[in-house]
Amino acid sequence: MSAALITAEGISRRFAKHPDLAARIANKLGAHHASRVVHAVDDVSLSVNEGEVVGLVGESGCGKSTIGRIIAGIDSPSDGRILYRGEDMAKAEGARARHIALKIQMIFQDPLDSLNPRYRMGEIVREAPRYHRVAPARELEAHVDSVLERVGLDPRTKDRFPHQFSGGQRQRIGIARALAVNPELIVCDESVASLDVSIQAQIINLFMRLRRELGLSYIFISHDIGVVRHISDRVVVMYLGRVVEEAPVEELFAHANHPYTQALLREVPRLDNRHISFTPLSGEIASPLAPPPGCHFHPRCPFAMDVCKRVRPALLEIAPGHKSACHLNTEPAAAAAEA
Amino acid sequence: MTDNNVHADAAILEAAGEELPAKPTRPMLLVIGRVLRDPVGLLGVLIVTVMVLAAIFAPWIGWQNPYDLSQLDFMDGRLAPGSQSMSGVTYWLGTDDQGRDLFSAILYGLRTSLMVGVLSAAIALVIGTAAGLTAAYAGGRVDTLIMRVVDIQLSFPPILIALILLAVLGQGVDKIIVALVVTQWAYYARTIRGSALVERRRAYVDAARCLALPPRKVVFSHILPNCLPPLIVVATMRVAYAISLEATLSFLGIGLPVTKPSLGLLIANGFNYMMSGDYWISLFPGLALLLLIVGINLVGDTLRDVLNPRMQR
Amino acid sequence: MPEEMKTLVVTGLRTQFNTAKGPVAAVRDVNLKVARGEIVGLVGESGSGKSVTGLSIMGLIDAPGEITAGAILLNGEDLRKASPKRLRELRGDRIAMIFQDPMMTLNPVLRIDTQMIEAIRVHDHKVGRQEARERCRDALGLVGIPSPEERLEAYPHEFSGGMRQRVAIAIAMLNRPDIIIADEPTTALDVTIQSQILAQMQKLCRDTGTALIWITHDLTVVAGLTDRVYVMYAGDVVEEAPVEDLLDRPIHPYTDGLIRSIPSHNAPGQPLNQIPGITPALDRMPAGCRFHPRCPRRTDACLEEIALRSFGPAREARCIHPLVEG
Repeated sequence: MSAALITAEGISRRFAKHPDLAARIANKLGAHHASRVVHAVDDVSLSVNEGEVVGLVGESGCGKSTIGRIIAGIDSPSDGRILYRGEDMAKAEGARARHIALKIQMIFQDPLDSLNPRYRMGEIVREAPRYHRVAPARELEAHVDSVLERVGLDPRTKDRFPHQFSGGQRQRIGIARALAVNPELIVCDESVASLDVSIQAQIINLFMRLRRELGLSYIFISHDIGVVRHISDRVVVMYLGRVVEEAPVEELFAHANHPYTQALLREVPRLDNRHISFTPLSGEIASPLAPPPGCHFHPRCPFAMDVCKRVRPALLEIAPGHKSACHLNTEPAAAAAEA
Repeated sequence: MTDNNVHADAAILEAAGEELPAKPTRPMLLVIGRVLRDPVGLLGVLIVTVMVLAAIFAPWIGWQNPYDLSQLDFMDGRLAPGSQSMSGVTYWLGTDDQGRDLFSAILYGLRTSLMVGVLSAAIALVIGTAAGLTAAYAGGRVDTLIMRVVDIQLSFPPILIALILLAVLGQGVDKIIVALVVTQWAYYARTIRGSALVERRRAYVDAARCLALPPRKVVFSHILPNCLPPLIVVATMRVAYAISLEATLSFLGIGLPVTKPSLGLLIANGFNYMMSGDYWISLFPGLALLLLIVGINLVGDTLRDVLNPRMQR
Repeated sequence: MPEEMKTLVVTGLRTQFNTAKGPVAAVRDVNLKVARGEIVGLVGESGSGKSVTGLSIMGLIDAPGEITAGAILLNGEDLRKASPKRLRELRGDRIAMIFQDPMMTLNPVLRIDTQMIEAIRVHDHKVGRQEARERCRDALGLVGIPSPEERLEAYPHEFSGGMRQRVAIAIAMLNRPDIIIADEPTTALDVTIQSQILAQMQKLCRDTGTALIWITHDLTVVAGLTDRVYVMYAGDVVEEAPVEDLLDRPIHPYTDGLIRSIPSHNAPGQPLNQIPGITPALDRMPAGCRFHPRCPRRTDACLEEIALRSFGPAREARCIHPLVEG
C-alpha cells in the first residue's frame, strides 16, 4: 500500500506551566507551586490520503485546532511525528524542508485577523511565491492573477487593503495566499465559522471546486457537524485531546458507535426537528486541566461502567475503516484484565 | 441558481453587484490627515513645525551667532526687551549678561535642544526596538533576562541615572546623548515587546510561518510594522521628555558645556538675575521650552487618539 | 387574538444611525407581535438589523443611533413614551435581555449572589435579603446549575462559558419578566451545551408564561425552539410565518435561499445552493426590494418599494414574486 499523503503518528502536545522565579522562591520557603501540564493533544494518530477530505469534529478543548496547527507546521508536537508521503517532516532540512512545508497550508477562522493589515491584497498573495521562487520572476504576476481568478477575486483589486474587502472576500484572499504556493493539503480550521450563512455556502462551494480542479486534500476542522458531513469523506471525532471515533462519513452518521458521537449527532440542531423537547446530554465538558481518569467521557456517559473510570479505552477497529475507543466494544472483563 | 456552474463563481460575485472596493489610501496618509483635521492636533503640528523650522534656519533668522564671541558686545549685557543696542539694533527679547541677543540665543538653543532630543530618542528607539522584539520573539530566558534589565532600569528615576552617568562621563553633547539614550531605551523596549507579543499571536503571523517564511521576514515585514502605531506615540512623547530632561541636566550645570548653550543652560544663566528683576533672561527661553514640549505633547496625544483602534469610528 | 392580549406589539419601528455622511436606517418599518408564553425567532444575517431591533425594544439605542418612528407596546404601555425612570423600572423586571456575551450582564468583580439579590431588590424593596437569596438559589437551580447554594458565592470567572450564560439567563428570569429578548446567547457555546440551554429556555417559557424573542442567524436552532419566525434582511422584515410553514413552504426568495444553503439540505459532496453576492452596506441600499440584486426571481417591478402583504393566516411577506401564492 502506498504511503498516505500525510500521516500523523502518535502526536501529543503538552503545555507545561512551569513555576516562575517568584514561585520557585516561594517553593524554597515551603510553598507548593507545582508545574501543571495540560495535554491538549494526547497520542493522536490520523492520516489523509491523496484527494481525501478528513473532517475533524469535537467541542471546545478537544484539541482539534492544536492538531491542525501541528500538521500545518505552526506548532510542534511534544511527541510523535508527521510524515509527508512517508518522509518524516522534522528530519527534512534546508530547501527540502521548505518544499514539503509548503505542501501543507492552513486557512484560519477569522479572515481579517489572518491577513496582515498593512499589506495590500496582491502582496499578501505574492509574498511567499516570490520568496520561494514558486514561479519565475517574469511569470510571478501572471501566477498571482491566475490564483486570484481561481478563487473568484478580481486582480484589479490587488492594491486594496484587507479591511476594504467583505468577510467572504477576505477568506478568498486567505485561500489565494495558500494556493499560491501549490499546496497538496489544506488544513481548514473553522474556516467558515465566522461567515454568514449565505457566504458560508459560497466558500464551501469554493473549497469543493478547488478539490475537484486541483486534486487537493483537506483536513476540515469544524464544530459544525452539518458542514463536516457535507464536505468530508471520513470523519474523526475528538474529545478532550483524544480520538474517540473515526469512520467514513456515511458509516459514522448511520452507525455512530461511541456514546459521545451518538450524543453529539443527536444534539446537532436540525431543520427537520420541530418543537422538539430537547433531551440533552448532561454535564459539562471537563476541563483539559484536570481530565477525568480512564475514559475522559465517562462522567457524562449513560453507559459508564466501572472499568471506564480506570482504564483508557483503546481505539479499535470495529468494522472496516471504522474505529472507536469504547469499552462497550470489548468484553468488560477482558478490558479489566488489561489493567 | 440550480445549475451549479461553479466556474461562474467569480461572475456571480460581479453580477450581484459586489462593488470593487474604492481606491485605497496609504494608512500613513490617513493618519496624518486625521491629525490635521483635529484642532488640537493641528495646533500641535503648527507649533512643532514653526519651532523646528526656526531651529533649522536659526543662522538665517537670528542676526547674531551667540557662540561667536566676536559678535558679542559686553556693553549690551542684560538689556531689557525692546532696548536699542549701541550699534542701533533692537533686542526684542533683551540680552543676557554677556550681551547675547536672547532671540538669537533661543533659536540656537532650540537647535541644540531639538538635536539632542531627537537624536537620543532615535538611538534609544533603535536599541529599545531591537531589545523588545528580541525578547518577544525569542521568549523564555532571553525574554526574562531583557525584561528584568528593563524593569530594574525603570525602577530608578531617569534623572538619577543620568546624573550618575554624567558624573562619570563628564560634559559634552555626545555624553548627554549617551545618558539620554540609557535612560530612554527601556521605555521603547517595554512598549514594543507588549505589542509584539500581541501581534505574534495573530493569525497572519501563523500564516507567514506556515508559508515557511524565514524568522527575519516574519519579524521585520509582519510583526514590526504592526507594532509601529504605539511606538510612534511613545517616541513622540519621549522626544519631549528627552528635551526636558536635557534642559534639567543643563540647568543643573552638568549637561551641555557653556560654549553650546541649550535652552536649559539659557534658563540657568538667567536664573541668577531673576531676583534682580532681569526676568527676561530666564523667562523667554523657558517659554520657548514650554511651547516646544506642549506642542510635541499635543501631537503625541492626538496621534494616540487617532491610532487607538478603540477610538476609531 | 385581540391586540391587547399580546405581551409585546411593535409597529412601524425605524432606527437609524446618524453618521458623518447623514442618517442610515438600520431598521425600517418593523412590526412584531409576541403573545404570552410565545417563543418567536428573529432570524437574519449580519447587517439585517435583528440585533438593533432587539436593542431598540429594550431602549438601549445610544447616540449616534436613534429611534425615529414607531411604537413599542409592552402590555399596552408605549415604551417610547415612557420616562427614563419608568424604563429603568421595567428593564430587568417586566422585560429582560440576554446577550451573546454573558459578561455584558455580569459584573466581574461582584459575587453572583450580590448581583442577583440586587437585581431583585432594586425592583421590589419589600423583599427581604433571605427571601431574595432563596429566589436566586431557585433560579440558578432552574437553569441547571448544580449545587446552586454554593455557586451563589462564586465570582463570574469561576464559571465556564456555558455556566456563565446560564447565570445570565437566571438573572434575566429572576423577576419573572413578561418577555425576554435573547440575542444569540448560544452562538459561542458548544453543541451539547447549546442544546441543554435551549431545552431549559423552552421549558422555562412554557412553565412561566414568559414570552421569548430569540435573535439568531441559525435557522436550525429556530426550527427546534420557536413557534413563529420573523426573517429580516437589510433592515426589513421580509417574511413572517409559523415555523413549520416558514421552513417547509418559504414565500420569500431570501428565506428560500437561506434554507437551501444549509448543508443538510443538500446532497453530500454536491455544491451547496448559494445566494450570490453579499448583504448591501447600510449606506448603499438598492432601491425597491433590498434583496433584488441577489434574487433569482427579480424583475423590473422589484425596483419599486414593496409592502408587506398577507399570505394567509399569520403569514406575511415582502415580495411580489413569492414562491407560494397566498
